[in-house]
Amino acid sequence: MIAHAIFFYTFSIIAVVSAIMVTVSKNTVHSVFFLILDFISISCLFIMIGAEFLGMIMLIVYVGAVAVLFLFVVMMLNVAQQKNQWFASAASSKHIPVGLIISTIIFFELIIVIGGWKYKPEIFDINNSLKVSDLSNTHSLGQILYTDYIHVFQISGMILLVAMVGAIVLTFRQRSNVKRQSYIKQISRERAEGVSVVEVASNKGVKIDD
Amino acid sequence: MTEIGLGHYLTLGAVIFSIGVIGIFLNRKNIIVILMSIELILLAVNINLVAFSIFLGDLAGQVFTLFILTVAAAEAAIGLAIIVVYYRNSGTIRVEEIDELKG
Repeated sequence: MIAHAIFFYTFSIIAVVSAIMVTVSKNTVHSVFFLILDFISISCLFIMIGAEFLGMIMLIVYVGAVAVLFLFVVMMLNVAQQKNQWFASAASSKHIPVGLIISTIIFFELIIVIGGWKYKPEIFDINNSLKVSDLSNTHSLGQILYTDYIHVFQISGMILLVAMVGAIVLTFRQRSNVKRQSYIKQISRERAEGVSVVEVASNKGVKIDD
Repeated sequence: MTEIGLGHYLTLGAVIFSIGVIGIFLNRKNIIVILMSIELILLAVNINLVAFSIFLGDLAGQVFTLFILTVAAAEAAIGLAIIVVYYRNSGTIRVEEIDELKG
């Protein structure tokens, strides 16, 4: 139990500190790196608590795909040099206190909700809820994901398809002055439009420009 | 203190959620950091769902965490595509200079 507490506090402190660093870091690339660290520590927490499938999926999807996507866009847009300017001008910094107040209100509301939560006494007993069956977490998750939640699963696949099509449509750019090979034009070319036989009078030559 | 219960995980989720909200409000840089803050908020929601799912012994929370993961990935892809298009058109993604809607 004490090891559980030590690991929980270690990973959660890493997660909170890196979440703060995501928001206050001067360099956008550093923000992406701290976001990766945050995801890794949270997925370690998931694996520790017993949701190992979700922890691995978080590693694969977030660290492997989403964070690398962020990194690509940050490096492609050349915004890494834009330094963070807190309180850049008086006009643009007047919403900062309001944001701080709203954020602290949200935080304390969440804490109050958590503190006032009436737990059932058997909820705290981790051992009888974790070991419901002999199946692994992945096995039992797959058993209900493909039976009870199959429609939602299909809809999430459609969401991914729509996101892919949308991203391609948004960023696709048709360039006008790029030479391309057109197979149809190549194949359907006739002899008459490519070659012309001219009668050349002797000692006159031909004009080939027109 | 050494007994890690549901409240600890919910508090962690609340802290990360609030940091994400602060990151949206206080951002002076570019929109990419705002998107990252949204990812942090979704992460906090995932922590809450997984903690409830484990401590209540119900797997539905983990299934919905999977779907939130899907939606977050789709949202990140679309948002970054919009940012790329905007940068191509206007040459900046600084929050202060994006004021065409006068908002």
